[in-house]
Amino acid sequence: MAIYSTNEFKGGLKIMLDNDPCSIIENEFVKPGKGQAFNRVKIRNLKTGRVIERTFKSGDTVEGADVVDREMQYLYNDGEFWHFMVPDTFEQYQAEKTAVGESLKWLKEQDTCILTLWNDSPLSVTPPNFVELSITETDPGLKGDTSGGGGKPATLETGAVVRVPLFVQIGEMIRVDTRSGEYVSRVKE
Amino acid sequence: MLSAIRQFFAERLVLEVETPLLCQATGTDPQLDFFSTQLHAVPDIDTLYLQTSPEFAMKRLLAAGSGDIYQICKAFRNGESGRQHNPEFTILEWYRLDFDLPALMAEVAELVQFLLPEQLWEVQILSYQSVFAQATGLDPLVFEKSLYVETAVRLGLAEAEAICGDDESLWLDFLFSHCVQASLMGTVIWLIHGYPAKQSSLARLNTEDPRVAERFEVLIQGMELGNGFYELCDAGEQERRFDAEIAARESQGLPAVIKDQRLLAALQSGLPECSGIAIGLDRLLMLATHAMAIEEVLAFPTLKA
Repeated sequence: MAIYSTNEFKGGLKIMLDNDPCSIIENEFVKPGKGQAFNRVKIRNLKTGRVIERTFKSGDTVEGADVVDREMQYLYNDGEFWHFMVPDTFEQYQAEKTAVGESLKWLKEQDTCILTLWNDSPLSVTPPNFVELSITETDPGLKGDTSGGGGKPATLETGAVVRVPLFVQIGEMIRVDTRSGEYVSRVKE
Repeated sequence: MLSAIRQFFAERLVLEVETPLLCQATGTDPQLDFFSTQLHAVPDIDTLYLQTSPEFAMKRLLAAGSGDIYQICKAFRNGESGRQHNPEFTILEWYRLDFDLPALMAEVAELVQFLLPEQLWEVQILSYQSVFAQATGLDPLVFEKSLYVETAVRLGLAEAEAICGDDESLWLDFLFSHCVQASLMGTVIWLIHGYPAKQSSLARLNTEDPRVAERFEVLIQGMELGNGFYELCDAGEQERRFDAEIAARESQGLPAVIKDQRLLAALQSGLPECSGIAIGLDRLLMLATHAMAIEEVLAFPTLKA
């Protein structure tokens, strides 16, 4: 794997730190008036998602992490693993529950997700920014309520629970922003 | 800002000078990486260097009897890019005969107040030892590794031990830039003097306490603006420091440089008693315009030059 010097540090660079793959968020060059320069770096651990700050002596090198993002189609869950496929090569990957994490509540078969692979095995799954899912359970709403005020919880086909306006009914398809977990609109069939 | 600087020094009868940017020799400091180029002087090809500061040339003028001088010029430091660094930057450097450090510190404070008048600046003159102790609880003049390691861990900088090891100077740089600088905030002109002798650079040592050097830094809002020295006039001592730095460069595998013999000759012929300082003008402009990054005050930073 590639070796990176601190002067190649920039946002998005993937490096190995304490045996974990990490992504650089921010790199600050720090130098006292006369003396040794340092790079103060904000880093996200891609395994745990935690953000830490770490200092390197300028000129030092670190090992790069073999981390790539690939678009894949979600196929199915066999109870233990979640299976994905690269659409043009039909290569398949299976992700563990820790890699799927919070994304699991947005995964619908056939949807295209981003899989982050580390040494060719899934590290994390990012669902599409917007998903369209049908409502399996919600309280009956009031006819004529078209305003946004209030709302009610609704359970979706994947198990996720979002707040929806009162007029939305069971069986309807809605569009949800997976980054905020918020209802966007109804989807016309 | 440039015209205000010229007015400030004209009122004080300090002469503006200009010295070459392209030089035959450069500084030996292992922490400064330089740009070099080739001079085609048939039949030879000489290596020339873009100056990292105008210090050597200005000292030669002082030794030749120039009197008080100042200069506004470009300086170049390879590999220095960041929020407060651009490889090409502008320096204001000046030397005052018969000024000791307190006199020069007072003049630096006056200049900053003159250039940034819309702010009411408080001036704080403190020793390196006191601000270091305030921010870290450590004594920078007494190096005790276990205490330094413990403090770094307490301050959330556990990696310091692996980076600094037994290198006392590196520990001081690390803790100063990570902990002490961040504590020097507010609308205050911080003048920090009495740097540890290990960090003396081109300053002379204090005659009463050789553990500290006659050097100060001026900092505002945690940002270092400049370094001032009560200048070393002893050619022998200067040559010893050059040799030590050249040896350090060699052991670190850095590009070799030659000693500036013309500077040493000038020191031998006699540098008058003086103090001098260089200030980063781009950073002063950042303060004047409340800029967060040096790119904001440069028309074309090096990446777009």
